[in-house]
Amino acid sequence: MFLAIAQRLGQMLFVMLGISITVFLIFFATPGADPSARIAGRNASPEVLEAVRKSFGFDQPFYVQYLIMMKKIFISGDLTSFVNRGWKVVPAILDAIPVTLSLVIGAAVLWVIFAIIIGTVAAATRGSWLDKALMIMGLIGISMPVYWLGEVMNLITQSRFKDTWMFSWVPPLGYKNFSDSPKAWFLTLIIPWITLAILYIGLYARVLRANLIEAMQEDYVRTARAKGLSETRILLRHALRTSLISFITLFGLDFGALVGGAALLTEVVFDLHGVGKLTYEALLTLDLPVIMATVLYASIFVVLANALVDVIYIFLDPRVRTV
Amino acid sequence: MLEVRDLKVSFRTEQGLVQAIDGVSFSVAEGEILGVVGESGSGKTVSLLAVMGLITDPNALIEGSIKYKGRELVGLNAKEMRQLRGREIAMIFQDPMTALTPVYTIGWQIAEQIRAHNKISAKAAELRAIELLAEVNIPNPAEAIHRYPHQLSGGMRQRAVIAMALSCNPSLLVADEPTTALDVTVQAQILDLVRKLQRNHKSAVVFITHDMGVIAEIASRVMVMYAGRIVERGSQSQLFSSPLHPYTKALLDSIPPLEGPKPHRLKSIPGAPPTLLNRPAGCAFAPRCVNRFEACINTPALTANGHDAACFRVNP
Repeated sequence: MFLAIAQRLGQMLFVMLGISITVFLIFFATPGADPSARIAGRNASPEVLEAVRKSFGFDQPFYVQYLIMMKKIFISGDLTSFVNRGWKVVPAILDAIPVTLSLVIGAAVLWVIFAIIIGTVAAATRGSWLDKALMIMGLIGISMPVYWLGEVMNLITQSRFKDTWMFSWVPPLGYKNFSDSPKAWFLTLIIPWITLAILYIGLYARVLRANLIEAMQEDYVRTARAKGLSETRILLRHALRTSLISFITLFGLDFGALVGGAALLTEVVFDLHGVGKLTYEALLTLDLPVIMATVLYASIFVVLANALVDVIYIFLDPRVRTV
Repeated sequence: MLEVRDLKVSFRTEQGLVQAIDGVSFSVAEGEILGVVGESGSGKTVSLLAVMGLITDPNALIEGSIKYKGRELVGLNAKEMRQLRGREIAMIFQDPMTALTPVYTIGWQIAEQIRAHNKISAKAAELRAIELLAEVNIPNPAEAIHRYPHQLSGGMRQRAVIAMALSCNPSLLVADEPTTALDVTVQAQILDLVRKLQRNHKSAVVFITHDMGVIAEIASRVMVMYAGRIVERGSQSQLFSSPLHPYTKALLDSIPPLEGPKPHRLKSIPGAPPTLLNRPAGCAFAPRCVNRFEACINTPALTANGHDAACFRVNP
């Protein structure tokens, strides 16, 4: 079992090496995209271009450039922005990480808990009005775009009902550090958490319900019934336990992508300066070092989340344990 | 001990009501092994699932009477049925590959059943699981309880399933083709095991199979089913030495003989069993029967004199 985990973590390093090389080649070695021309700005003289090229190492072979880039990101941490000269990229990302992690982890807790409850209740009461009502609510949740839902939430909590007893506790938009005030951190994030989680609650509840209903047709559920177990126990200990395996797969993919920047829309709507927002702004100005660093960061989280899922698998599914 | 009277199971479908079991009556005495033979779709599994209360399809209708030790099971509430299931009546299923939950050890799954019916500690249940695994001849049982189903071979899994079924000393064991998914040598071991356990636990066994050879091995009484009805029933020796119903005769003829000259071709029954939706009126076997005559457009009744058949040739 520990061998399986160690092996999985080892594979992760190789995947990340591959991603970093690919990302580097896309942004710095694409023919016709001369990075030094971007830094030097329009109508720069050949001498200026040459100077830029030399100072950034663009006159050297690609593998040297790659190594310089990796050193600047991971070792010295002194990678600077092309657009805002002198702006350090790595500290900017390190500042953005807690914001995104706070947003996504909180939303993930909400969506996992509620999706499991709703999916299980719907599967247990299959065909009833409760099941139908829950699934229609899920569908509505999936259909609402997060930027629209976020704006509606803001309209309600920040403007129209701001001064009523219902939402007077909602602080103004923006992120508060957990270390400064855990309470303020929590209060500012409640509405963003709910907004981000609603889509996933709907999606995961529907997926789980379908999985559970499928599992309830399995032979081992018939065996469990023949053993004289109660329906609740069969549903929770046998069907739900096996259904969680595919639930976790989906979770790993979504969680990794969200931490890696897919929570952008939520971050923009609620004015949270997270990784998504940072990447978005870098893309607008084609700020290559920032893009490079955020994409690498995102890939690290996607790979990490998947490795984590595989480790959870090893606990959930004994069939994976034998390597 | 088990008395089934005029059991009818039907399913509501888009094509109307489909009668899967059409008036089946049989009884099982204490300690006996009743063999139930029939082709796929003849209703042998459905009728025993009805006895177990395991027909969960909301579109199923169950009529008739199933009395277990004098207690009526049809219409019994779910909780009482559950207490009976697994403790009084246990079931072994056809495919040991899928019959166990893949994410729990077999020891856990056996202990789960014991603790569902008896108030004993987890430790005691585990010890009992080890005993049971030893009883079904699983080597090194103290270690085997920690194995997951995927780590065992088909024969070992079926033994674990049998150990689980026996865990609460049931008076009635329903075995639904427990040897069909296994290879022949393992089949023989499992049959020996069922016979040995039946003697030790003094349980009655209902053994469902489509294999006449297995019936010859194990059953003391036999009932032959075709298209949801019983066509013949009697003791094992009566059925094999002097079969009455043309279907039983045809089934026995289709077994390759061990002695005498090798036949050019094995005899087979022409046609296929009817689907539940278009079961012929009258005797369901008539379209495939070599002995059919005018009377066969009516439904033949089963005689009641020990060795019975539902056929107008036998009982005009």
